[in-house]
Amino acid sequence: MSDSPLHEGLIGRLSGELQPVRRLPAPWKRTALWLAAVLLLAAPLAWAADLHALAARLLSVPDMWLSQAGAALTAILGAWAAFHTSVPGRSARWAWLPVLPALVWVGASTAGCLRLSPIPGTVPEPPMHAMECMKFLLLISVPLVSLLTWGLMRACPLRPGLTAVLAGLASAGAASCLLTLIHPFDATADDLLVHLVAVLLVVGITRAAATRIIAPLRPSPVSLRGHQK
Amino acid sequence: MNEATPIPTDDRKLAELMQAAQAGDRAAYQLALRACVPIAAATARRTGVPADAVDDVIQDVLLTVHRALPTYDPARPVQPWLRAITVRRSIDALRRSGRRGAREVHDPDAYENHPEERPDVFEAASRQGDAGRLHAAIATLPPRQREAIEIIGLREQSLEQASQATGSSKVALKVNFFRALKSLRARLGNDGDV
Repeated sequence: MSDSPLHEGLIGRLSGELQPVRRLPAPWKRTALWLAAVLLLAAPLAWAADLHALAARLLSVPDMWLSQAGAALTAILGAWAAFHTSVPGRSARWAWLPVLPALVWVGASTAGCLRLSPIPGTVPEPPMHAMECMKFLLLISVPLVSLLTWGLMRACPLRPGLTAVLAGLASAGAASCLLTLIHPFDATADDLLVHLVAVLLVVGITRAAATRIIAPLRPSPVSLRGHQK
Repeated sequence: MNEATPIPTDDRKLAELMQAAQAGDRAAYQLALRACVPIAAATARRTGVPADAVDDVIQDVLLTVHRALPTYDPARPVQPWLRAITVRRSIDALRRSGRRGAREVHDPDAYENHPEERPDVFEAASRQGDAGRLHAAIATLPPRQREAIEIIGLREQSLEQASQATGSSKVALKVNFFRALKSLRARLGNDGDV
């Protein structure tokens, strides 16, 4: 049973420590801030990229624009879901939000590999270049994940593992979109495999590294000894 | 607001208190935290936390509420927010107790009455009237280990006393003592004595 005198001490200490707190902005505002940071990262890449050729490439076949739209929506909805699940009381069902765009992203990329007609004016990615893509995806994900983690640290994710996976997925989607700016190649199975491995690495590393960072606090050792036979 | 102020039971009043707490009103916060206790207790019990562990969960909930205060949105009701925190903390507690229960059995009487599987080296040597062999074995130990075994093992001084007597840290003494015991067991045990 609850023991009021026991809790009075803690309540007194916590209320004595209280300082005015800045209310956490709504998840959509935090998502917008993160997307603004992604756009800042995209700016130098867009400046270096041939945007006309990129637009022609994306619009030439449906799988290209579908996979990019899927990746972009995975980034946006993944970040939004991560910020939602970081707030106590919000449903874990928010985690389903980026699933459909992620499936579209993977499905359209796979369809691109199966497509028989190449995109005019493009060549398949040289085999060794795929590792460069892997490096780019992993490196560009570092600031993206770090920014998301920093944004999530102010919240109180009660399911830090789930929130970290969503953050990793959002970062991987954004990294893939940024890569497209400087990736003038047609889809190949090797390329898809490397991208998939990079995405899984980003999600896995974020899950492992960010979970502890964003966890609200380590619960005190609860003495349930004696309740287990 | 003071301790005599009644604890609010309706969500609207609790939401006002939480909003005031976010602005730094300590009295309102104290009252809000008091109001959280029965709600957290009821939720923890419903989640399956054993009755005598509910207080531990409440303490975790109060700490988490303190940490999560900026995440409370005054446009939303307080209780779902508080219940989500309590349910998660209850699950954490049940998981910890489940893990502990799978590895450990809490039985202090059995622990106290459990016989040593291996007689300690001092008993083994003295039982056989072989103190000479023990002292000879101790003499072969490195100086720090010998010092630890003589003071703690033979003179039966506490770690505190031994630390003061030798100027070594308690940790160092403990390490040397156990290393010495291991060496002695190996040496005396070679003859099948220990």
